[in-house]
Amino acid sequence: MNKQAELIREISGVNPLKCMKCGKCSASCPSYNEMDIKPHQFVSYVINEDIEALTASKSLYKCLSCFACVERCPRGVKPGKLIDAARQVVVRQRGQEYLSADEIPELLDDETPQQLLMSAFRKYRR
Amino acid sequence: MTYSYYPGCTLRTKAKDLDTYARRSAEALGFTLEELDNWQCCGGVYPLGGDEIASKLPSVRALNAAKEKGQDLVAVCSACYHVLKRVNDDMVNVEDTQNRANNYMQLDEPYKGETKVLHFLEVLRDRVGFDELKKKVVNPLTGKKIGAYYGCLLLRPSDVMAFDNAENPTILEDFIRAIGATPVIYPYRNECCGGYISLKEKELATSMCDKITESAAGFEAECLVTACPLCKYNLNKSGKLPVVYFTELLAEALGVKEDAQ
Repeated sequence: MNKQAELIREISGVNPLKCMKCGKCSASCPSYNEMDIKPHQFVSYVINEDIEALTASKSLYKCLSCFACVERCPRGVKPGKLIDAARQVVVRQRGQEYLSADEIPELLDDETPQQLLMSAFRKYRR
Repeated sequence: MTYSYYPGCTLRTKAKDLDTYARRSAEALGFTLEELDNWQCCGGVYPLGGDEIASKLPSVRALNAAKEKGQDLVAVCSACYHVLKRVNDDMVNVEDTQNRANNYMQLDEPYKGETKVLHFLEVLRDRVGFDELKKKVVNPLTGKKIGAYYGCLLLRPSDVMAFDNAENPTILEDFIRAIGATPVIYPYRNECCGGYISLKEKELATSMCDKITESAAGFEAECLVTACPLCKYNLNKSGKLPVVYFTELLAEALGVKEDAQ
């Protein structure tokens, strides 16, 4: 198996082969319109080990980890965990983080809660 | 009754209201929130990666501190509650996480998920009881139409959170009734506000929040109520409805809002 595909399966703990392609995950996803690879397709990409496309996908940064797909999946596949694992595989590499501290000042306003900064750093960086 | 209390980073800074009103309301209702010493930030999001350990340790420390005090652990912020509860679930059910966390922490007695994590709303529902709460209301918010905004963190994944029915929750509506107001049911109440995406993709988060506020306004809600500082921040960007913390309405109904200032 492709090493990165193996890593995505390992980090996520998900078995994508359980997917029966019902599409409930994509139907539930609030970011669906923003994604180039949709949640149900994401599962197939992992199965087919098309990792280059996955790691380049903007979907990695559109997923909100809202767990709607995880909640509604009738097969326990947890697409949101797969997407998060693929994001981890990317942002854990040196120079591949999606957020740098230098960007922060211009992204802030007077009301920005600390919770937002913490969450974004956890999601977008190692 | 005394509970260990985990305020979290934002309740110390941008969401002081959420914290102050919770403490005052607790006193008025006859229970005490005893803040843990030296708590650390939960991280805001639960680390989904099965191999992550360092990012779970702040939660484990807080959970263990509550265990050592022999108290249940209460959080008011939806995100803190979510992270604490999910990490605690790992400490019960994921052997690898349990072993690695305990190997690192070197506690006198290993922590194995013994602490019960409660959201403040659960204390109201399950310990105080909404009927009892209703009796203590001195200033009922009669006639006020309030939309409950649950968002994601309190409800999902429901097998771990076990907070309420994830698709058709009622706890906030029951709370709204208990303080004398009228709950407004609208379809977007458990849809995501955009969460952390609002840092870098502000327009996308606002478009999601517009759907929520328009939906609630369409059912004639006058305001939205939330337990999450980030939901409040994001929903405020939409600007169509006022958004208030549930603890503020609670303090108002209990007649302790002014004291809290």
